[in-house]
Amino acid sequence: MTDASMDSAPIKGSLIQVDARTKKRNAAEKRFKAYGLVAILIGLFFLVVLAVSILRSGIPAFTQAEMTLEFTLTQEEFDAAESQVLKTKAYEGIFIAKLQDALTEKGLTVAFDAAAIERLLGKPGSTIREFYRANPDQIGTPVTFSLPASSRVDGYFKGRVSRDTVVDSRFFEASDLDLVDALADAGIIVRNFNWNFITGSDSGVDNPGGAGIGVSVIGSFFMMLVVLALSLPIGVAASIYLEEFAPQNWFTDLIEVNISNLAAVPSIVFGILGLAVFIQFMHLPQSAPLVGGLVLTLMTLPTIIISTRASLKAVPPSIREAALGVGASKMQTVFHHVLPLAAPGILTGTIIGLAQALGETAPLLLIGMVGFIARAYPEGVVSGFIDPNSAMPAQIYTWAARADAGFYEKAWGGIIILLIFLLTMNIIAIILRRRFERRW
Amino acid sequence: MPLLWLFLLILAIAAGAFVIARMRVMAMSGQDRRSLHSLPNYYGSNAAMKSAIPALLVLVVWLIAQPFYVNTVVSGMIPDDAIAQSSSRGLVLAEVRRAADGMDLAIATGNMTEDEARNTDADVADVTERLSTAGAIITSELTQPILRAAQQFRVLNSTGYQIMTIVVLLIAIAGGAWAVRETQPKFRARNVVEQGVRVLLIAAASIAILTTLGIVLSLVFNTIEFFRLYPAADFFFGTSWAPSFSGRGGASDLGILPLLWGTFYISIVALIVAVPVGLFSAIYLSEYASPKVRAFAKPMLEVLAGIPTIVYGLFALLTVGPLLVSVFGDDGLGWMQAGTAVMTAGLVMGIMLIPFVSSLSDDIINAVPQAMRDGSYGLGATQSETIRQVVLPAALPGIVGAILLAASRAIGETMIVVLGAGAAARLSLNPFDAMTTVTAKIVSQLTGDSDFASPEALVAFALGMTLFVITLGLNIFALYIVRKYREQYE
Repeated sequence: MTDASMDSAPIKGSLIQVDARTKKRNAAEKRFKAYGLVAILIGLFFLVVLAVSILRSGIPAFTQAEMTLEFTLTQEEFDAAESQVLKTKAYEGIFIAKLQDALTEKGLTVAFDAAAIERLLGKPGSTIREFYRANPDQIGTPVTFSLPASSRVDGYFKGRVSRDTVVDSRFFEASDLDLVDALADAGIIVRNFNWNFITGSDSGVDNPGGAGIGVSVIGSFFMMLVVLALSLPIGVAASIYLEEFAPQNWFTDLIEVNISNLAAVPSIVFGILGLAVFIQFMHLPQSAPLVGGLVLTLMTLPTIIISTRASLKAVPPSIREAALGVGASKMQTVFHHVLPLAAPGILTGTIIGLAQALGETAPLLLIGMVGFIARAYPEGVVSGFIDPNSAMPAQIYTWAARADAGFYEKAWGGIIILLIFLLTMNIIAIILRRRFERRW
Repeated sequence: MPLLWLFLLILAIAAGAFVIARMRVMAMSGQDRRSLHSLPNYYGSNAAMKSAIPALLVLVVWLIAQPFYVNTVVSGMIPDDAIAQSSSRGLVLAEVRRAADGMDLAIATGNMTEDEARNTDADVADVTERLSTAGAIITSELTQPILRAAQQFRVLNSTGYQIMTIVVLLIAIAGGAWAVRETQPKFRARNVVEQGVRVLLIAAASIAILTTLGIVLSLVFNTIEFFRLYPAADFFFGTSWAPSFSGRGGASDLGILPLLWGTFYISIVALIVAVPVGLFSAIYLSEYASPKVRAFAKPMLEVLAGIPTIVYGLFALLTVGPLLVSVFGDDGLGWMQAGTAVMTAGLVMGIMLIPFVSSLSDDIINAVPQAMRDGSYGLGATQSETIRQVVLPAALPGIVGAILLAASRAIGETMIVVLGAGAAARLSLNPFDAMTTVTAKIVSQLTGDSDFASPEALVAFALGMTLFVITLGLNIFALYIVRKYREQYE
């Protein structure tokens, strides 16, 4: 008979001295924990990189280099210019003379000609002429003109164009940069806040400087109206049925399965649905916010149904029992008692669903929102729904797909505006939840 | 009459019926609500419901059915020999529709009067001339049958809408009148109204089924149409993707394999980024992090999930692409030609999927019962040993489900690959090559002025069908795994 314990060596461990195996295990523990921490830091690092690159590239879109010059046009000069054949040319001459005066006054001497000014500013003459023809009473009093500089001058201020990279062309010459520097020193060219970017319209493929996002914000707004008007009532009605009335049968199961699958269908497939059903089959207008809204409604419905059902479920059964107990019908119970109590939760879910829909791009590409250049605001409410328009994400995509690098800055700027909208909606949702959330 | 007015008129009739029925029942009861079966508003609602809902239903059905009827009639007017060799009946009908639209435009701009547009003896050349001065787009010469068909198309449509307006309004009035007639104090108005509301609720819930049906039908019909024009075997097993741009004529190679390869390659790169980062984040958040860290880091990671995909697309195109080129491009290692590549799209898509993997895995790890951890600690295991040998094996099916859901997201993702992956379809192993995906090609084949009857446009529907089937299969499988796992511990 052998005794196992007799053969084994006595354990040499001590409580104070850590043995090699424990050390190894503790090191593995530390390592594992570090992996987790590193993973989170990587995630956060990506978030920071994303935020920084959006802000760094997008903020320049909100400023625009402008040439500001204050001068007085006398009646004689006005008459003389109006009597000439090339009237805008005459005004350009006046402008150049006044600019020269302003520079001499500041003690700077730079030689420039009309061609250089046209490269920097486009055609200043017509702007000035239109102003004085519209406001003849301003003749003889000092007026400040702010004229947007060309996209290359703008790029020079923003670091997109530098002395090393500038290529002489019909649009810009390296010598112009000396003039720009001088004008900047004199405080005549300054970077101002670019309101046109926020309120303006898209400008076509060759003019990144004049592009604005305003019209597509309106397009998105009309689209969100459609989504809200359709997905909120339909989503709430569907949730009420499924949560309060639906019997346990195959039809209910079919609806449930469909909703959970629709939530996971790729958004581009909804675009195909919109193209085939709303445009090919029903002949609704292409690129219209109405169609975009319909497609996004179908996409948003599962989100709204899921969150509405959660908030209906959160209303305790005692409320229903109390209402039924005092003689309300099942329908009255739901509409008079359960629904009002679930309303804050439903609202929160709806806002989050809308925010998702606002940023969705892929389906809009298929219903024709990208080939279209949104140049003008819609004329009225009906036109806002059915006339072709762009939407914020579609506009950003259009800009990103254009060849001119000046549009990239606009695309980043558009993203900042889009994210501001999303952030606002999400903050409203969080505040609503904090304020009205009831724990039963 | 524009549709909007008709709609508002129906609502007005319904509102009228509401007021009349309510007044009638109050008068019959001698202004004493106690003698009524239901509250007075229910009698009104009953009348409004019965006048508006059948009328709106007929309106919708009519609007869907009329184009079918008109198309059949008009299509019957075109003799077979009027259809050119290279064309099809569908294309001729589209031409008819364009001609009819052109006539509407010509009347609106004053180039033609209504009588002239209806004149069946009108000269083809004269009409063509007037249409083109009005700025209508007509792709080819108008022919006699097309012109006649277009005229018939307009006449049928306008009389159809007139009859519809009258019928719908009559139904609304009749429904209202009937409801007002049956209104009396003993009538069980509340029960009827509640039954009606219940039907509306069911209808709203059925929209989910209708949407799925719409997706499946629109994909199936167009896919069948595509396979009629292009052999299915070449589509599924073709290794070359080279659509001709002319639309008609010219042989296109429309093989799906290069697109599927690009899709899977990019998704794999994305998962290689997202799964380790997401999984370790979830482990750290659920097992190690203090409540404070968790309250900060979890929402921060979830912000990544709330960012629209267009932002990620732009990030790939303008930030990550140039960055990768500066390292792996010709100046660096020389592996990469341009910023758009599998690596660019995959990396960015991986970032997008991190919160997706992490929050799903977090839920699943949290669902593992604490007793299992306590048992492991009791045996002397360290925390990491517990996680690796007890928690993760227990959570594994759920985590696999989460990864499959993330994969289905990656396969269906559009904007990142449209902007970041490039447009060239190729079968290559180099992750720094530009490749393209199913979703990117759906976008490129369906945007622009392509003709929907050509195989180059219809292929997008076949691609969509493939995508739908793959993602649906993955989702159902993943949800099945997740559900089965959850039941295990509940």
